[in-house]
Amino acid sequence: MVSHEIATLHREGESSRTQPRLDFPPYRSSLLRHPTKVLQQVDPEDVELLAPVFGHSDVGPVEADLTIQGRGEPIGERLVVTGRVLDGEGRPVRHQLVEVWQANAAGRYVHKRDQHPAPLDPHFTGVGRCLTDGDGWYRFTTIKPGPYPWRNHHNAWRPAHIHFSLFGTAFTQRSITQMYFPGDPLLALDPIYQAITDPAARDRLVATYDHELTQHEWATGYRWDVVLTGSRSTPVEREDDHA
Amino acid sequence: MPDLPGPPDLPGLPATPGQTVGPFFHDALPYERDHELVPPATPGAVRLHGVVRDGAGEPVPDALIEIRQADADGAVPEVEGSLVRDGGFTGWGRAATDPSGRYSFTTVEPGGAFFAVVVFARGLLDRLFTRAYLPGRDLDADPLLSRLAPGDRETLVAVREPDGSLRFDVHLQGDRETVFLSFPRGGAR
Repeated sequence: MVSHEIATLHREGESSRTQPRLDFPPYRSSLLRHPTKVLQQVDPEDVELLAPVFGHSDVGPVEADLTIQGRGEPIGERLVVTGRVLDGEGRPVRHQLVEVWQANAAGRYVHKRDQHPAPLDPHFTGVGRCLTDGDGWYRFTTIKPGPYPWRNHHNAWRPAHIHFSLFGTAFTQRSITQMYFPGDPLLALDPIYQAITDPAARDRLVATYDHELTQHEWATGYRWDVVLTGSRSTPVEREDDHA
Repeated sequence: MPDLPGPPDLPGLPATPGQTVGPFFHDALPYERDHELVPPATPGAVRLHGVVRDGAGEPVPDALIEIRQADADGAVPEVEGSLVRDGGFTGWGRAATDPSGRYSFTTVEPGGAFFAVVVFARGLLDRLFTRAYLPGRDLDADPLLSRLAPGDRETLVAVREPDGSLRFDVHLQGDRETVFLSFPRGGAR
């Protein structure tokens, strides 16, 4: 039923959009929460071009390891997830905040509103933060989140994912998204993922298994790069670059 | 109902798509004093607050608002210290809505014309940018406000409450739908 709705919308919709449709009825919670007016195009002013700044007084290095927050090891498949944060012109976003949150290996969040009858893990909060380095790299150690049911439709399951909160060099680059895992059969059925109608754009949310990142007898490795919209550069520079 | 897209994508690298913040962000994104850009007892402190509502007028209890602003003199700070606030003014804050859909910041009135605002919510597939203008300024001179119909313009101007606070409600949809923004030349949809 929902899969049929998704397929119909994909056939009808334009496929060149890199961002999700905000009005995507298969995701039921979007029905009353998407704007219906055209977004007003404006030239950003100074306050919109200056991203907030975060530093080592804000974020400690241990916050990037989600497996050491408890008294013991969390249950699950230990992972390294790493990649670069870039602006729309491929420049690294340096020393900027990245926040993540996720379910545990059983598909359960610590969140008080999560009613999924799967076990909590006393050694896993599912929350982490880090700053990108001088080349825009972020890196987290965590465990693989499980898929979990939700109430969008009968037998609805979210594919395994890690939520990412990202800042750019401009306030206008602020983004929150979700990273998925390759080969997940639930991706084809998920209205949130499928709200991005362009298949190539959807693929950009799926991490790549990278054996070079996998650590001998310790953790598997995944690579996922993020490109934020636009940059702080001026329109003149942009036209010169691409004329 | 047709979806109303933003402008076409700019040349350059294609952007990574956004996704909804979902319902389970409260253990990850809110933090102590996230909404206090200045301590409440600060001389000149003002509250910027409001309710986030959906297309049926119901409050949205799982939204997240962030603001970016200039200080009282009009300078936009580029200093760390937003996550562990030590008294310095960073010009950035975050507030989750409560079960009644209410959010609140304690801050100073910016020297500029508006607070830059970004909205996230469960059910909202990508973030929305908007602006909360200060009331009582020369709004006709503003390039954005001057081209909007009066009803649309009203959605972007904070209201001065009797207690001196600034009220800025966000309507994701409906008759009073907030005007949301895209930045085709310098940023994002």
